[in-house]
Amino acid sequence: MRKALAVGIKEFRQIRRDRRTLMILLFIPVFFLLLYGYALNFDIKHVKLAVEDRDLSPESRRLVSAFVNSGYFDQVASVTIEQEIVDLMDRDHIRAALIIPRGLGRDVRRGVPVSVEVIINGENANTATTVMGYASAVITTESARYQMAAPGSPAPFVQLEPRVWYNPDLRSSLFLVPGLLAYIGMITAVVSTALAVVREKERGTMEQVRMAPIGTLPFIVGKSLPYFVVSMTAAVGVVLASMVLFDLPVRGSWWLLLLAMGLYLFGALAMGLFISTVAESQQVAFQIALLSSFLPTMMLSGFIFPIASMPTVLQIVTYVVPARYFLVALRGVLLKGSGFLAVADSLAALMLFAVIVTSLATIRLRREWA
Amino acid sequence: MTTPAITVTHLTRRFGDFVAVDDVSFDVQQGEIFGFLGANGAGKSTTIRMLCGLLRPTSGTATVGGVDVGRDPEAVKLRIGYMSQKFSLYEALTVDQNIRFFGGVYGLEGERFARRRAFALDMAGLVGREKSLTRELAGGWRQRLALGCAILHEPPIVFLDEPTGGVDPVSRRQFWRLIDHLSQQGTTVLVTTHYLDEAEHCHRIAVMNAGKLAALGTTRELKQVFEGRPIMEVQAPSAVVAMRALDAMPEVEKTSLFGTAVHAVLRSHQTTAERVTRQLLTAGVVATSVMPVEPSLEDVFLDLVERTSA
Repeated sequence: MRKALAVGIKEFRQIRRDRRTLMILLFIPVFFLLLYGYALNFDIKHVKLAVEDRDLSPESRRLVSAFVNSGYFDQVASVTIEQEIVDLMDRDHIRAALIIPRGLGRDVRRGVPVSVEVIINGENANTATTVMGYASAVITTESARYQMAAPGSPAPFVQLEPRVWYNPDLRSSLFLVPGLLAYIGMITAVVSTALAVVREKERGTMEQVRMAPIGTLPFIVGKSLPYFVVSMTAAVGVVLASMVLFDLPVRGSWWLLLLAMGLYLFGALAMGLFISTVAESQQVAFQIALLSSFLPTMMLSGFIFPIASMPTVLQIVTYVVPARYFLVALRGVLLKGSGFLAVADSLAALMLFAVIVTSLATIRLRREWA
Repeated sequence: MTTPAITVTHLTRRFGDFVAVDDVSFDVQQGEIFGFLGANGAGKSTTIRMLCGLLRPTSGTATVGGVDVGRDPEAVKLRIGYMSQKFSLYEALTVDQNIRFFGGVYGLEGERFARRRAFALDMAGLVGREKSLTRELAGGWRQRLALGCAILHEPPIVFLDEPTGGVDPVSRRQFWRLIDHLSQQGTTVLVTTHYLDEAEHCHRIAVMNAGKLAALGTTRELKQVFEGRPIMEVQAPSAVVAMRALDAMPEVEKTSLFGTAVHAVLRSHQTTAERVTRQLLTAGVVATSVMPVEPSLEDVFLDLVERTSA
């Protein structure tokens, strides 16, 4: 164990000296958090809205106040002709406009479907999507109410496809942070571990260490421990930062959260080690890491694209993507306040992944060293 | 007669169909500097890697420091120091951190570690520069530090795989002084090199070619292959033309280029320098000098490689 410690201390010193690795380990997570959290998806409130109410019925007024009362929209203008909307939008006085057609009240009372036009400034596509989501939510709610009042109506009041899924509050950061954690785990653990081992192969220091009387196990433990500590720190840092910046709730227990992160990172480190036994150069290691860990975590974990809407073949592939289980566990613990039993399945899957990959890595490393 | 430090019998290593080391046998005595000479790919490094326990022999045995390498490769590692051409230090760490790491890996502690650390620093000439980054050291210092780290645990046997590659001549000389010193203190040193001048430092030399042991002996013994085959060094305005003319003579066994001169191996001592000069003139070559020379290791090496490859 003293030897493992010697390897660990050396690795820590190397990490500290190697600015690039340190950047990857600590700053990229924060950078991504800010980028995704603020720049791309931060909640938009007080969208300036112009209203053109051609109906002026009790129903149309209800709809307008539903928009305003949602808190997402501020009505800054009432217009009577469409040209005014164009002017206001041109001068950036408004970002959205609501146009209620004549006869809305009458049609609704009769149960005839009607469409409400919402114009959104699309300069920022992401903002527009979000605003569209708000508008859609407001309209759907109103629509549902009329439907309930008039049972048997053939179609909803207004049909609008909501654009943001899994987050009815449209608080995008809540849905984002678990994904980010999974992503960060992959960057720090897989890439840096894989590169750290392969670098030793490239520089010849691996051969020197192999000449020393140190077994594979102390070497692996000493080599991965620093990365485990650093990536755990980065993960906890992201959670804390999200709590401060985005009001991320931690509704479940911290212990469960740490357990989930620990198991996930354990698997990711093992993945990195495994890659290092296959790759002979840092470039190759990086590419393998990219294909085997990075992309699946982004694409196939449910982080960006919901698994349920993937083709069946891809859905099957997602079963071997550890981030999939990690996300379920994280969303459970963070957002739903799930207890141990509720996430036990996911934790078990993470554990299984880690154990299998560690065994593979050890077997390969033993063979390589023998 | 003490037991040899290293005993190698019929050692063979195959990689698929390729035989990297082919039935090699030799002994290395304690405290001996044993040189391994050969072209790249001749099997030197493969042999060393087997002796260090890094690579299992396909067949044959090797005993290093009394331990059978094939049976107990881990036990071998306690008895040997190893340093390769790459100077395998951690460049991002300081001098002191490197020493501490290798000390830790070799399990040195307390007073013994302090003593060996002082030794390594002194040997490398780095006292007072403990906090320097290793990557900032010049080649010679780095190389001596690597040697210091490789022998921190005071191994009785040291393997050096082309230790002086890419180092300036002055540093090389200093390095060889360290090796001489180690040997005087009873450490067995097995060193591979392709610098033939370095080979002259070795007590005995093994020449490897195409995986086989082509020759083994002291420098003097090796030079005996030229017994009865004197070497004539010929200087001429065009070495290539002179070489062609020499090759045409029945008295000349073979020729090789040595810088601007040609070494001609003659078939007997009967052939004098005057005779060669005359013959050359007949062929239209005016030699500026023709004189007999002692065979160098390079002559021996080329001769061996040629004959064993044929």
